[in-house]
Amino acid sequence: MSGVRVLVGTRKGAFVLTSDGKRASWQVSGPHFGGWEIYHVKGSPAEPDRLYASQSTGWFGQKIQRSDDGGTTWEPVGSEFAYDGVTGTHQWYDGTPHPWEFARVWHLEPSLDDPETVYAGVEDAGLFRSTDGGASWAELAGLRTHKSGPDWAPGAGGMCLHTILLDPVHAGRMFAAISAAGAFRSDDAGQTWRPINKGLHSEGIPSPEAEVGHCVHRIAMHPSRPDVLYMQKHWDVMRTDDAGETWHEISGDLPTDFGFPIAVHAHEPDTVYVVPITSDSLHYPPDGKLRVYRSRSGGNEWQPLTAGLPQQHCYVNVLRDAMDVDSLDTCGIYFGTTGGQVYASADEGDTWTAIAENLPSVLSVEAQTLP
Amino acid sequence: MALRAEVVTIRVVLPAHLRTLAGVKGEVALDVPAGQGDPPASGAAVTLRGALDALEARYPVLRGTMRDFGTGRRRAFVRFFACQQDLSHEPPDTPLPQPVQAGAEPLLVIGAMAGG
Repeated sequence: MSGVRVLVGTRKGAFVLTSDGKRASWQVSGPHFGGWEIYHVKGSPAEPDRLYASQSTGWFGQKIQRSDDGGTTWEPVGSEFAYDGVTGTHQWYDGTPHPWEFARVWHLEPSLDDPETVYAGVEDAGLFRSTDGGASWAELAGLRTHKSGPDWAPGAGGMCLHTILLDPVHAGRMFAAISAAGAFRSDDAGQTWRPINKGLHSEGIPSPEAEVGHCVHRIAMHPSRPDVLYMQKHWDVMRTDDAGETWHEISGDLPTDFGFPIAVHAHEPDTVYVVPITSDSLHYPPDGKLRVYRSRSGGNEWQPLTAGLPQQHCYVNVLRDAMDVDSLDTCGIYFGTTGGQVYASADEGDTWTAIAENLPSVLSVEAQTLP
Repeated sequence: MALRAEVVTIRVVLPAHLRTLAGVKGEVALDVPAGQGDPPASGAAVTLRGALDALEARYPVLRGTMRDFGTGRRRAFVRFFACQQDLSHEPPDTPLPQPVQAGAEPLLVIGAMAGG
């Protein structure tokens, strides 16, 4: 019988939640790597029992862990992330040049077809690739060395490359997003990149329509229609229909268009989920009510989903990598909160259940659909 | 004068997270070639650099956790103590205190108190 495995990264370790296809009863294992920050855990689409995890602390730095049995056992692999060549500078918070310094891996994106190949998005923003199962890492320096690089500046959480999307249709096309530089596209498997931020409008940067400098929080794609991307920007929910050539706003009737994650339904490319957050200075849901909003029209018209979610006194946040979907016949949605809850819906968001509570603050959630 | 080819066994205490990472329990008894460093320390002494090199050679997973990859600099929140002394700011080729070299006292790798 089919099942689901939810990989949860938290401030103090990783947890693996498993269920059969009914998604009614969940087993929790963990913490794995207790006490370490686990920014992300993700499985290979080509070999679902092959998992990669980003493990770090401010004390002891970055480690990458790999599992070949779905997260039961792990082994550390390579963790040397050396920028390629002269690193140069980006802007610091005060506008002065600041040398590129590796801090941590925010996001791991396994190849769609090769379990040994995995991409890593790091802070300070850079893209790395391993083709030997994580044993060694080489930078795809064309992104960091884009001519706009010296103008990139960190967001409040650091200058992180937090999103990597691999286009399953157009060979060699991939997308990356950086806070606070913006979205970028490569059409040659990551060798060269260009900003794709036309149509974004950001208050708080000197030129609101600048080529770079936008605080993109997350971008999402449906694999059947990779020219359409959805974006949760710092403020504004955005959409492109031409692989990032131009963007238009789809915030529509959301109560607030600030937020972090955005996800697309597994079977309906026009069904999109966001979690509105009050504002950039109030990182919790409006009115103390935790509400996921769903659009079934590709944006603009949004419906609050509240059944099973706390509707009073709720002041958690949902971070950018902390929402995902499964691909069972009735799509399941999962998200984790900074309060340590993981909520699941087995009916496309209509109703929700906490499948884990009182975990450490959740940094990332990935759902694997198992045969 | 040629250095003696000597191996000294020292005691190393790792912080809990690094013990877990390396898969060790308790103290590590570590064989360290004496006279490490460039240039080698005088008197075929065991140096902090030599001890850390030997530790990383035995437990490759510890590479990057105490000293940065590339630069080899001590990570900001890692300290090295021995015999009630903080060795963290000593030049890495300074000989370790004699009781550490003799195995009477351990070299302590410390995750600094930080974070409030």
